[in-house]
Amino acid sequence: MTDTVLEVDSVTKTFPGVVANEDVSLTLDEGEIHCLLGENGAGKSTLVNMVFGLYRPDRGTIRVRGQDVYFEDSGDAIAQGIGMVHQHFQLIPVFTVAENIILGNEVTKGALLDLDTARRRIHALAERYGLAVDPDARVGDLSVGEQQRVELVKALFRDADILILDEPTAVLTPGEVDDFFGVVRSLTQQGKSIIFITHKLREVLAVADRITVLRAGKVVGSTTAQGATQQSLANLMVGRDVVFRVEKADADPGVPVVRVRGLRSQDDRGAETVTGLDVEVRAGEVFGIAGVEGNGQRELVEAICGMRPATGGRVEMLGEDITDWNPRRINQLGVAHIPENRSKHGVVAQYSIADNLVLNRYSQAKFSARGVRNTSAINAEAAALMEQFDVRATGASAALSTLSGGNQQKVVAARELTGELRILVVAQPTRGLDVGSIEFIHRQIIALRDRGVAVLLVSAELDEIMALSDRIGVMYRGRLAATVDAADATREALGLLMATGSSSATDREKQ
Amino acid sequence: MSRPGKAEAGITRASGHLHRLLTEAWRLQPLYVSLYAILLSFLIGGVLISMIGVNPLTAYWALLRGMVGNGERLAGSLARSVPFIGSALALALPFRAGLFNIGAEGQLLAGGLTAAYVGALSWMSDVPGIVAIPLILIAGTMGGAAWGGIPGVLRTKTGAHEVISTIMLNSVVLFAARWMVGSRDPVVLRDTDSTVPRTDPIADTAVLPELVDSQPVLHTGLFALLGLCVVVAFMLNRTNFGFEIATVGLNPHAAHYAGMNVNRVIVLAMAAAGAFAGLAAASEVSGTNGHLQPGTFFLMGFDGIAIALLARTKPVAIIAAALLWGSMLSGAPLMQQEADMSIDVVRIIQALVLLFVAADAIVRYLFQVREQGQQGQSPFQAASVEGAV
Repeated sequence: MTDTVLEVDSVTKTFPGVVANEDVSLTLDEGEIHCLLGENGAGKSTLVNMVFGLYRPDRGTIRVRGQDVYFEDSGDAIAQGIGMVHQHFQLIPVFTVAENIILGNEVTKGALLDLDTARRRIHALAERYGLAVDPDARVGDLSVGEQQRVELVKALFRDADILILDEPTAVLTPGEVDDFFGVVRSLTQQGKSIIFITHKLREVLAVADRITVLRAGKVVGSTTAQGATQQSLANLMVGRDVVFRVEKADADPGVPVVRVRGLRSQDDRGAETVTGLDVEVRAGEVFGIAGVEGNGQRELVEAICGMRPATGGRVEMLGEDITDWNPRRINQLGVAHIPENRSKHGVVAQYSIADNLVLNRYSQAKFSARGVRNTSAINAEAAALMEQFDVRATGASAALSTLSGGNQQKVVAARELTGELRILVVAQPTRGLDVGSIEFIHRQIIALRDRGVAVLLVSAELDEIMALSDRIGVMYRGRLAATVDAADATREALGLLMATGSSSATDREKQ
Repeated sequence: MSRPGKAEAGITRASGHLHRLLTEAWRLQPLYVSLYAILLSFLIGGVLISMIGVNPLTAYWALLRGMVGNGERLAGSLARSVPFIGSALALALPFRAGLFNIGAEGQLLAGGLTAAYVGALSWMSDVPGIVAIPLILIAGTMGGAAWGGIPGVLRTKTGAHEVISTIMLNSVVLFAARWMVGSRDPVVLRDTDSTVPRTDPIADTAVLPELVDSQPVLHTGLFALLGLCVVVAFMLNRTNFGFEIATVGLNPHAAHYAGMNVNRVIVLAMAAAGAFAGLAAASEVSGTNGHLQPGTFFLMGFDGIAIALLARTKPVAIIAAALLWGSMLSGAPLMQQEADMSIDVVRIIQALVLLFVAADAIVRYLFQVREQGQQGQSPFQAASVEGAV
């Protein structure tokens, strides 16, 4: 029997108007990976924030190695050997890896920083746990996966042996996820204990020893990875039966309505990331673009939707050359765009739901006359859309920031998927969403396809691409490396294309 | 063909910083923080006064009577406050768009110069007041708008930050005005009959009708600026342009995505700010002075920043804040007479007000600490949406 290193005993935490955690109990054994599973807003973050000393529980006790602990702040938690890697990294890009790691815990020699000693310790840690990091690299130059390793080393540098990982895989590519799991396992083999927060079922089953499922602030189930299936976990999380496969009939594609020819575009730093891309999307089909992030998908979508200038080539939609059109004009043509980064582009968090629902349509005759807003029409539209898209909120005047991620995305979907839609460009439509919301968004996309809308889907989730698409293009270094029928596609073949840009092993129909 | 190029990238980057400033200001500060700030400033001012050996109650009583002691004083206070409405709106509107306009000082002068020039044109005395008065006001408004629009254009075309460019343009117009109004060789705008540097007197027909013969004169420019507040409030809260301004201010990326012309909003917001300052200046030139001196608007633009922030950039609250500001300045001389306190005390109190509004954590700590303890600290403290449409 292994020792229990952490025990959360009947903890309750309320915020004004919300019970975030109610009577939650959890134990973590030494050398164990304990997955905390739940939809957004289920209370996972609140729970670990209490364990890490960021919040204080209203009731209940937290015990570390059998001792009751009361954390005033995260410093107390760190002193007890608890470390946390946040979903959003807490690193300073202009500092080196070593500088970031010692920040707040500086190794000094007199009044000076002793970076040499720090470097040596970092090397030792890196070697021991298989976390390859270069102490002298600038953090800003590292990939997301490398930055995550730096965060891990940072926690280990502070002698953490209970590690809390908050949605660690959300930012990683499929290959990086596999590497990451290797690191996590090597950590636990050497005695570290890990709380792993996620809502991705595949990962839970791959990595967890034990699983605790939270729903609406309460523990609704505890199980081991052996005793669980994706279906059983999803049902627990959502509280009802979840349909995994997106049910869809065969596509009935019409004529091509999107024609992209030799498109070139640049990222914010001026590097050409779309390098002469061709693609055609037909009415009534979903064309999925798979690819490791950073292969030009973002710039492709923005260029198509008028948000980023094309530096070469042309974009045709519904027979019109829209290459240099602005977003409003393209939208008026019947092109909807669900942007990749919801909080950056898709919404104004401080605005009400109603204002977000008319964010790009406020100037239509329906919502304003002679430049004066028709508030009652806007509110009526909002009420109708909230009903239709099942947006859960106190009302149309609630600030968008008060909604969960899933409901925020439903607001964006409600805005974009109404009206006379001919073409839908959608990027990462379910990123960060829970199972229930993903199901909903997927059904909407397929329903639109069946109505004859041409859908261009960009997603880093291969599962999503494979579930929704009729044809799949793999984007590699700014152009499509290959286009395949979804029926013929396999995870392995697509993964190879994503990683290398060629399918020499299988040699599929290459365009 | 407008393409979001390098300039746009620069803009969005720069506005990211101000965006944070803006949302912080909105999130943290409902209007009552301003009221506490005023209270606290007067308390500290009182301590200062008693340290000099004067009874603060005596001093404040004299100040209060100087502000509103009788009809004439009240009218004088009103008159002193009117132009502050314009200079405060000149900060408020761009602020909603995420822009920090430090240029009201210069925009007032630019508007004042244009108004003084047009008002003194030889044919102005030949047209009736119903033509001449609108002309002089429009001239001032246009002059201010042009001067305010420049930093907007610079920002959209080159990425030059409006804080820097408006400060620089303040200096440009200040020294240009000194020369134009002061120079005798060549004569540009100077009234050569006058011993002090000032412009030619404007035509009688261009003088705004007087309401009360107070010190300074209360004139019908009051209605122009009160009306302006109503118009700006309506524009911000009820129009598509107001929605665009707020969207650009809160999330310029989303504004771009939603098909709004971010550059156009930036230029128009800055030009509108200049126009407000210009109208205030024209109203002063026309109704109060009848001419322009280079120092007429000294500090009026900077006070506008304080007033607008005190009013949380809400147009209607700006009326109240401007009244407080102007009447304190107008009442101070009586305090000096009766309590032998320097007028500068009022300036110190005003500076404290701005300090506490800017560093509102002090106010919150002093007045709210218990309230928060009872509620428990919530990480979800809902972002206030006031100010948003």
